[in-house]
Formats: sequence, C-alpha cells, structure tokens
Amino acid sequence: MLAAVGSRAVGLVEGFGNVGYFLADSVRALPDFRTWGRLTLLQMRRLGVDSLPIALFIAAFTGIVLALLASYVLTGAVPLYLVGTLVGKTVMMELGPVLTGLALAGRVGANIAAELGTMKVTEQVDALETLAYNPYSYLVIPRVLAGTVMFPVVVAFAMAMGVFTGWLGATTLLPISSAAFMRGLRLFFVPFDVQYGLIKSASFGFVITLVGCFLGLGTRGGAEGVGKATTRTVVYSAEMILVLDAYWAVVLLLGFKGPA
Amino acid sequence: MIQFADLHKAFGPNRVLEGFTLEVRDGETMVIIGYSGTGKSVAIKHVVGLLEPDAGHVAVDGRIVSELDREALTTLRSTIGFVFQSSALFDSMTIFENVALGLRRLHDLPETEIALRVREALKLVDLPSAEAHMPSELSGGMRKRVGLARAIALRPKYLLYDEPTTGLDPVTSAVIDQLIVRTREALGVTSIVITHDMRSAYMVGDRIAMLYQGRVQQVAPVEEIKASADPVVRQFIEGRPDGRAVVRASLGEAGRAIDLEGSGA
Repeated sequence: MLAAVGSRAVGLVEGFGNVGYFLADSVRALPDFRTWGRLTLLQMRRLGVDSLPIALFIAAFTGIVLALLASYVLTGAVPLYLVGTLVGKTVMMELGPVLTGLALAGRVGANIAAELGTMKVTEQVDALETLAYNPYSYLVIPRVLAGTVMFPVVVAFAMAMGVFTGWLGATTLLPISSAAFMRGLRLFFVPFDVQYGLIKSASFGFVITLVGCFLGLGTRGGAEGVGKATTRTVVYSAEMILVLDAYWAVVLLLGFKGPA
Repeated sequence: MIQFADLHKAFGPNRVLEGFTLEVRDGETMVIIGYSGTGKSVAIKHVVGLLEPDAGHVAVDGRIVSELDREALTTLRSTIGFVFQSSALFDSMTIFENVALGLRRLHDLPETEIALRVREALKLVDLPSAEAHMPSELSGGMRKRVGLARAIALRPKYLLYDEPTTGLDPVTSAVIDQLIVRTREALGVTSIVITHDMRSAYMVGDRIAMLYQGRVQQVAPVEEIKASADPVVRQFIEGRPDGRAVVRASLGEAGRAIDLEGSGA
C-alpha cells in the first residue's frame, strides 16, 4: 500500500518534471519566430474564433439560470435588484471562465492531443524534424500562444453573453425592471472583476494547450495510444482548471479590499 | 560517407542494436536487410538525429551526429532526404505544400523557384499532376512516391529509405524500385535502403548488409550475398521458416521482445 502510494508520488513528480523540460524546450524555440509567427495566427482562428459558438451557448443558458437561482435565494428582506449583482459577479469571476474552460478542455485540448498524437504515430513529427523544423516551434508554440491569447477573448464574449441573458431572464421572467437589474449589476462592480476572470482564462488556455501538446507528442502506439492521450488531456486539463481556479482565488482574492 | 560505429541502442530492457558497425561509401546504394523489428529503422534514424545512441556513434562526412548542436544538425539534415515507411505526409496540406515544406525551411528560395523545384520532383516520381490533391486522395504507392519527391526536392547528398516497398503490390513495388534507381542516376546520391524484400534489395543495391541480433551478420556486394554460405543469411534470403536464425522480433519502444526459436539445424 505504502509502496504503491510512493510509486504514484514519484510518478507524479516525474510527470511534472517532464512537463518542465517540455516547457523549457518550448521556450528555447521562441527565437524561431519565422516558423511560429504565421502558424500562431492560424491557430488563433482554430482555437479561438471557432470556439466562440460553444462558449456563447454555455454562457447564454448559464446567465438565465443564474438570474432565476439568485431570485430564489434572495427572499424576504434582501432587495431583488441584487440579482444583477449576483449574475454579474458570478458570470465574470467564476462561471464564465470556468465553464468555458471546461468546455474548451474538451473541444480544444482533445483536438490538439488527437491531432499531434496522430502526427506522432504516423511519423509526421519525425518527418518535420528531418525537414529541419523544430516541432516545438512548428507545433507547440503556435498552439500554446494562441490558447493563452484567445481564451480570454472567448471568455470576454461569454461574460457579455452571460450578463445579457441574465438581464433578459430577470426582466422577462422575474418582477425586476431593467433599471433595477442594472443598478444591482453596477452596485459592487469593479474592473478587477473582469480582470480576474480574464487572468484565469489566460491561465486555463495556457494549461489546456500545453497539456494537449505534451500528451499528444508523447503518444506511443497506434489508435489506442491516441485515444489514451486524448482522454488524459481532457481529464488532466479539467483537473488543472479547478486547481488553478482555487489558486487564483487564494492569490488574488485573499486580502482584496474591494472598491475604495 | 556514413559510418555506424559500434552503435548500441536499447528501449527499456529491449536491446535493439548491440555493436552495429557499417560503412556506407559515397555514391553507393547500401541495402540493409533483416527480420522485422531487428532495428533497421532504428539504425537509420540515428543518421538524422531522430534517436540518440546509448553507446557508439554515427558519423556523416566525419561529423558525429549526436554531438551536433541544433544549428549544425539542421545543416546536416538539409543534406539528407528521409523517405518514411508510412510516407508520413502531412494530412492537412496539399501534395504541393508537402513537397514544398522542406524547401521553405532549408533554402531561402523565391516562390517561383520553389514551385519549379516541387514540379521537378513530382515529375521525377511520375506524379506531375498530383500537386493540388490531398494525401488522403492518393493510393499507398502514390503516397510513397510523394514521400520520395519531398525528400529529393531538397536535392540531398544522402537518401534514406525506410522500407519503401512494404505494403505495396509487386508491380507498384517494382515501380518504386525503378524510381530509387532512377533517382540515384539523376542525382548521384548515396543511399541507404531498409527492406526485407529481397527482390527489391537485389534490384536497387550495390551492397547488402544483413542486420541480425543487433549487429551486421554479413556485408557484401549483391552477387556475394546471393551466393552467401552463411546459414543465417541463406535462411533469410531464401525465406525459409526453419533454420539457424533466432528471430528476435522486438516490439519497438514498448520495451518487450518475443524470441521465436528457429526449429532447426
């Protein structure tokens, strides 16, 4: 039992070590802008723009549900305009980034792992190397950069959609006027709310794409190996999103004094 | 000249190369034969630095590959064309883009010159009208030919073929063999061809080396190999299931090996 736990712990440390080496190799490939510059733009469209529909879909329903949930919780002496406050804060700071992140762990992370895994087992990665391309500058940097830059953009749209459908739900399904909802939305709003959500999103984008690239390029075997890499990417990315979510809460929210 | 000097390589407990030594002279076509999974592909992947030896080295024109920094390795790779067993064409690119990819990286050529070189390479492999197609639209034989075109577009000094005829019908295999011979005549390249197809080996090779149990069992000109008295070589070239050979079919990087004892002699 103890040996099994020890072995798992060693494996975990080894895994983080390997990711560290992988990251270092990626950083070393950064001067090769000639290779990754154009490819990054392509990935920004694939990973970012093409992810907008699913992000907006999730945010749309989240906003409505949050408005209804808030009105259910706020009973008695608590004024209903606080529905706007709750919808705004929750969408911008938590559900916008996290739900979008989890959805994109499936869409983007799985896509990267499956694509790079297939390239690996069909010798396309070796072929790239024999043609003197560095796989880190050709495959990894464009995806990780695109993910880190574009996830906050996608989440920003998701935030706007969530707040909009929250307003729509509150004003059509609840006895709250548009002015009251907006009053609640503005009441405790600080720009930091949005910054906090976007910082988290960038970190989610970075981790999802990095894990997808790492496990995709580490694929062994055939179709089974690709399947394993894809599944592990989704699972690890989802876990990392939740860990990072807690990390940012501790680092950025503890001790935050609120609006002056 | 390519020299394999006492090359050792293992994947986990599975020792694939155990003192592999071979010299490939300038201008010749060296065919490396051997049982499936005995490390033929592993050996030539060391030539382009895709694998690092555990011991020993591979030297190309006197430069030890595993000691080169990335820049020097890039320069070396620009002189070597590698034709992969699975063709390894990039699925998301057209045939033109596949063949042009190396040219864009390795040579600062204008687009017109790249287009010219791509068409020239595709013509040499008898696929002049394939450039707009995607790899998935081509047959296995055509994909192998595109893989060859991609390698020769770089006008390399060395060409490495990893089982170029595996999985192809006899006629398509013969076409590929002809292309290998034609490429050598047209470009004057030094080639290493990995195969276990003896008909192909006899047709394209100047010399044949048999890799057996991690090292060279015999290396000799084609006619000498045909007349070899070595029982292991004879069993292989005649394709007899019984004989002296112990077939040690490695399972690659999974780190396991299966030993199938020959029944006989």
